[in-house]
Amino acid sequence: MSAVPAEVLPGAGMAEGDTLGEAALGPRARLWPSLAAVYRAQLSRARVARIPLLFVATFQSVGIMIMMRGVVDGGGDARSVVAGSSVLVVAYVGLNLLAQYFGQLRSSGGLDHYATLPAPAAAVVLGAAGAYASFTVPGTVVTAVFGCVLFGLPMAHLWVLAVVIPLAGAALSGLGAALGLLAPRPELATLLGQLGMSAALLLGVLPAHRMPETVQLVRDLLPSTYGVEAFARTFGEHPDWVSVLGDLAVCGAVGVASLAMATWAYRRAAVR
Amino acid sequence: MRGVTKTYPAIRGRRGAPGTPEVRATDDLCLDIRRGEIFGLLGPNGAGKSTLVRQLTGLMRPDRGSVEILGHDIVRHPERAARILAYLGQESTALDELTVSLAAETTGRLRGLDLRQARSERDAVLDELGLTPIASRPLKKLSGGQRRLACFAAALVGERPLLVLDEPTTGMDPVARRAVWAAVDRRRAERGTTVLLVTHNVIEAETVLDRVAVLDQGRVIACDTPAGLKEQVAGEVRVELVWRDRAPLEVPEVAALRTRAVESGRRWSLRMAPEEARAAVATVTGGAAFAALDDFTLATPSLEDVYLALGGSAQGLVKA
Repeated sequence: MSAVPAEVLPGAGMAEGDTLGEAALGPRARLWPSLAAVYRAQLSRARVARIPLLFVATFQSVGIMIMMRGVVDGGGDARSVVAGSSVLVVAYVGLNLLAQYFGQLRSSGGLDHYATLPAPAAAVVLGAAGAYASFTVPGTVVTAVFGCVLFGLPMAHLWVLAVVIPLAGAALSGLGAALGLLAPRPELATLLGQLGMSAALLLGVLPAHRMPETVQLVRDLLPSTYGVEAFARTFGEHPDWVSVLGDLAVCGAVGVASLAMATWAYRRAAVR
Repeated sequence: MRGVTKTYPAIRGRRGAPGTPEVRATDDLCLDIRRGEIFGLLGPNGAGKSTLVRQLTGLMRPDRGSVEILGHDIVRHPERAARILAYLGQESTALDELTVSLAAETTGRLRGLDLRQARSERDAVLDELGLTPIASRPLKKLSGGQRRLACFAAALVGERPLLVLDEPTTGMDPVARRAVWAAVDRRRAERGTTVLLVTHNVIEAETVLDRVAVLDQGRVIACDTPAGLKEQVAGEVRVELVWRDRAPLEVPEVAALRTRAVESGRRWSLRMAPEEARAAVATVTGGAAFAALDDFTLATPSLEDVYLALGGSAQGLVKA
């Protein structure tokens, strides 16, 4: 059915109306500037709404370390506990909270806002993931320092956190974003985020050699494990830097893969 | 905006829960919107307005048919939609936790503006809409109308030749509404901006639209200027009667009117020919009936009457 009256509208704009050619397209937003814009917006969002949750994440990790202090005396086990608890902060914020955020954004129709802007999908996902990852920095550092004091570990190589946080953050927040965007319902996104965090807690904090073999296998599949391992190694007297680098490389590769998956999930969720 | 033809022959098998029958949200729709026009989509909830808009903005691919905006094929290149139009959806969740100022600036940057441009456009738009005093407050803390206005501001940063606005003035006070329509008019006068407005508010539709398409169950049941549409029912006027306690049915003329009235509590609403209306008004304003009468109005038909006269199947248009 066509319902077009024949008469021509008087008034503005009609002179242009006669040009039947294609109108000029607005500029495409380039990757880095839009990534920076999303990052900044998300960080400010997180600052407003998520500070209490960062405290929760930090207290949780500190509490776990205090509990483990009664069981673990020091040595290798203490290293895994401190490293695992520190990375757990990243998992809480990057995986759990980001999965919830994207789950809600998707179900409420909030993705439409981004999907009708000419910004690359990667900018939206990476900006959000990056903001959540950097939001974990204070909590992770506080946890690591507290753990070192509690278990008497050397703080000389804590600088490695500057590498561990971005790489583990990329892997975990990429996973969180993908889970949130792929979950058909927001409750499911929350559930998956929580489960992911629980996995990071159980498999990351407890010393690996005490686990049954199958659980160790699952542990190897978890992206946060490599960040934990790399960090734990640096507490040694003479850290094996090659192994540290190896672990970090795996962590980085998983990060790239999970962020790519999140970007794909975003495209899929945005246009239905 | 000549050259925009959206044809959606038989569309959207939206399968929700298994067992739910297919719903054709938009059914073989065909519309032509001209450049520089304020074009409205009017219809009750579930008429297919939002589905149509999602197809137009590249968010949803029609099962069949074509969408062309300013010479660009949006079905084949959905990503181009974002570079031609600005979309104001009904949801603000993406911006809720940002400040008004950051929401506008970020949106501008994601529309491809550089930092300096985005900031200057942001300032200009916030100023234009009177949002500068609340620029540093998060959207979440604002009232519904203010939040809506802030989202509208974000839609205006980074100029686009087509604005797609889904119920932009919901919850706004009259001052904010005026700011919205003044901003729209200014863009149209200065840049020939085209506006596609989704609404179920008939009063707003009558006052701001150049042309309006009335949607019902995924189909266009009429498309014309508001005045032209109203001409379709020009032979009729609407009489509204409000009784004090109850209608004086002992008056035979009143009892006769009752058969044609749509009653809602003490209010009767009648559509009739002008001379009949005059007679009816004479009856109720004289004699015994007048004592029972609280209020009456005699009005020319509104778009709502048009909608009902056209056989719209659902009621659900808002008069506000």
